[in-house]
Amino acid sequence: MQIIKPEEVLSEYHPPLTDHEAVVEANRCLYCYDAPCTHACPTHIDIPRFIKKIATGNLVGSARTILESNLMGATCARVCPVEELCEGACVLGAEHKPIMIGRLQRYATDYVYEHGIDVFKPGAPTGKKVAVIGAGPAGLTCAGELAKLGHSVTVFEKRELPNGLSTYGIIVLREPVEVALAEAEMVRRLGVEIKTQMELGRNLSWEEVRNNFDAVFLSVGLGSVPQLGIPGEELIVDGLSYIETSKMNPQALQVGREVVVIGAGNTAVDCATIAKRLGAERVTMVYRRTDKEMTAYPHEYEFAKKEGIEFRFLTQPVEVLHEGGKITGLKCVRMQLGAPDASGRPAPEPVPGSEFVLPCDQVVKAIGQEKPAVAKLLGLETEKGFIKVNHEFETSLPGVYAGGDCIRAKGSASTVMAVQDGKLAAFAIHRRLVAGLEAAAD
Amino acid sequence: MADLSINFAGIKSPNPFWLASAPPTNSGAQIHRAFEYGWGGAVWKTIGAPVLNVSNRYGAWHYGGQKMLAINNVELISDRPLEVNLREIRDVKRHWPDRAVIVSAMVESTPEAWRDIILKIEDTGADGIELNYGCPHGMSERGMGSAVGQVPEYCQQITQWVMDVAKIPVIVKLTPNVASVVPPARAALAAGANALSLINTINSIIGIDLDTLEITPSIGGKGGHGGYAGPAVKPIALNLLSSLGVDPVVKQSGVPISGMGGISTWRDAAEFLLLGATSLQVCTAVMHYGYRIIEDLTDGLNAWMDAKGFKTIADVVGKSLPRISDFKDFDLSFRAVARINPDKCIQCNLCYVACNDTAHQCIDLVDASGNRVQPYSYDVRSNGKHEAVSTRPQPVVREDDCVGCRLCHNVCPVDGCIEMVELPSGRPSITWDELTKARPELATDWEAMKRYREEVGIEIH
Repeated sequence: MQIIKPEEVLSEYHPPLTDHEAVVEANRCLYCYDAPCTHACPTHIDIPRFIKKIATGNLVGSARTILESNLMGATCARVCPVEELCEGACVLGAEHKPIMIGRLQRYATDYVYEHGIDVFKPGAPTGKKVAVIGAGPAGLTCAGELAKLGHSVTVFEKRELPNGLSTYGIIVLREPVEVALAEAEMVRRLGVEIKTQMELGRNLSWEEVRNNFDAVFLSVGLGSVPQLGIPGEELIVDGLSYIETSKMNPQALQVGREVVVIGAGNTAVDCATIAKRLGAERVTMVYRRTDKEMTAYPHEYEFAKKEGIEFRFLTQPVEVLHEGGKITGLKCVRMQLGAPDASGRPAPEPVPGSEFVLPCDQVVKAIGQEKPAVAKLLGLETEKGFIKVNHEFETSLPGVYAGGDCIRAKGSASTVMAVQDGKLAAFAIHRRLVAGLEAAAD
Repeated sequence: MADLSINFAGIKSPNPFWLASAPPTNSGAQIHRAFEYGWGGAVWKTIGAPVLNVSNRYGAWHYGGQKMLAINNVELISDRPLEVNLREIRDVKRHWPDRAVIVSAMVESTPEAWRDIILKIEDTGADGIELNYGCPHGMSERGMGSAVGQVPEYCQQITQWVMDVAKIPVIVKLTPNVASVVPPARAALAAGANALSLINTINSIIGIDLDTLEITPSIGGKGGHGGYAGPAVKPIALNLLSSLGVDPVVKQSGVPISGMGGISTWRDAAEFLLLGATSLQVCTAVMHYGYRIIEDLTDGLNAWMDAKGFKTIADVVGKSLPRISDFKDFDLSFRAVARINPDKCIQCNLCYVACNDTAHQCIDLVDASGNRVQPYSYDVRSNGKHEAVSTRPQPVVREDDCVGCRLCHNVCPVDGCIEMVELPSGRPSITWDELTKARPELATDWEAMKRYREEVGIEIH
């Protein structure tokens, strides 16, 4: 029998670039002016500049250029959908291969983390205090940027470890846990206090936060995977927990022989990949619409197919079949596309009498996440269930800002978007606090 | 198939490619191998006075990920015993009667020393002798190499001693470490030299090691100047070659010139031929890639000659020399402007930034509606490849303001995207020489120049 070692089959997919590879690739970059890759990057990293610095052997300067625009540059180097962003816009893409921007970014940021080099220092103290709720990429970025500007920042995180989905929600194949934790440590070394296992409404009161801080940034992400509302649902595994276990305690992850993953987003692909790599004989993703509507990026879809994952489109689960607490199959119904629904996409409708059973012994669901509960807790205005913010990332409560997945009413949720929110919110908070300081000085 | 064979001052060779006197021609075994690969000839690494070499010897200059755009070296002439070299020269020539075997020589500056070495070389059956008046390092400190080549009187005197003895063709190899290479060349010809060759290496310090702060290459912590060679020196070599080609005394003499200095490809070779070289010597490219490069050197040159209708090397030699002119003879009314082909443009904006920062500010960034836009004018909240690509402006030349400097053409990474287009200037053709002969005041008086410009309609932005 083949013994599967999770640390091997789930280890980071791309090897790091060698020094030679990095320099050759960096020298291939044209050093465009006002480059489209920089425009396409949500955090607008000056990409030609950081690549030029790799070409000249100035790796600390390169990493600083990246991290100046994006404090979570090491994560983004790994998890960004570069095909849709920087690399997709590379001028060399039309006729040749675009520059491997993501992997070069990883090369530069890895260098400073591996060598223990801090490229930023905390700013001169302003005496202002900011609370950040949630230590994910948006929260850590906001905290780090504020610390660079001299503000005293405390981050409250409900979980044991910081850096949110980078730590818990991205499969090791794409990003090892150590990278996410190194980023959080870098923010900590900027003077930010990160208090973990502190949850708003549980052991952290909102009054305490409001009374003790000059501004608040909410970066609480989203909730758990929503209910499907089908019989036998209690036997379905939550996709995010599935990924979390694969990272934190892979030996403990129970993987079925025949696994069905419900959903067709990037998280669903990740769950299917884990199952396949950890020994499932057959992994099937079921999605009620077609491949045209699925939210997984095209390159993720291609990756999944190469991993041997099967897809059943226009398929809706209706019941989990089980015997004695053990799953025996997923009963589904065939769907057809009807008139466009509220999302503008054709609405899937069941085909009467088309029920069939997908035999399986494990069902994982990755169909998105619940809207942030904290909005209701704090009485914030919402937009489609997400926290509503103005152009300055300020919520309906003055002095309370928000960013990251919890405000993502439009656009796609991604780490790099969360980072940009955190950064812009930090600047907005800074402007507010500095205005206060100047008023006090007058 | 073109005929690549040459007759160089009586030295025959099946193609014009000779290995230059240098490390690649250090021994009989090496030259045997080179000839098996197809080299037309070899100039044996300089033999002469006793020397000892050091390590390290070769420095190198790498740029933009490209290895060895140039090397420099502090290697001296052959450190193998004279008798061994002479024996191997004789052996090579006996095995390869159709190839050119030329022996480079350098001895102390006495008639006896030169007479002795010339007789020994001739005794081997070699086809010719090259006098090394070029080495800029080591030997020059002992009164040899460039210490001779830099002083026309010494060139003439020593060449005279050699010509009094020599029965086989004598080539004088010139140093580029002079203000003008013409006086030493004329001096060699005055003494009766049968041919010239150039360039020897250029004085250089190739670099500093930023870890140790030592000069590269470091010889036990010390370093210094060495001879510079390789692709990076080609433009200098072409210029010196052409300065001989247009010199009336050299032209009048009719002696052939062996060209070298950064020849790496058949394209370089063709350029040297077009500026008057009859044989071509190669060193650094061989030191980088080995003797095998001869295959493309001959194959590529052949294909180019066929395509151009050149039947023999003689048809090519000097073909571009008549185009060498001085600034004073250039047409002041000739007008070219840059034109960017939008279908080929990949919008890297390198032309824009080069023109805007460092040239004449005549390229605009224009959006899809034809409006001029500033760089970096997108909203910081925008992102994604679709927006970045679809809103990217196009560089467009304002032709009225373009002075035709050609910088944008040079920086453009896409072949054929930015062309320099000739446009009528509306002014009759006139050179600076003609203009200042007719109106001498223009050369000294800015007011007169202003009036002239207004008269003929020249506006300088």
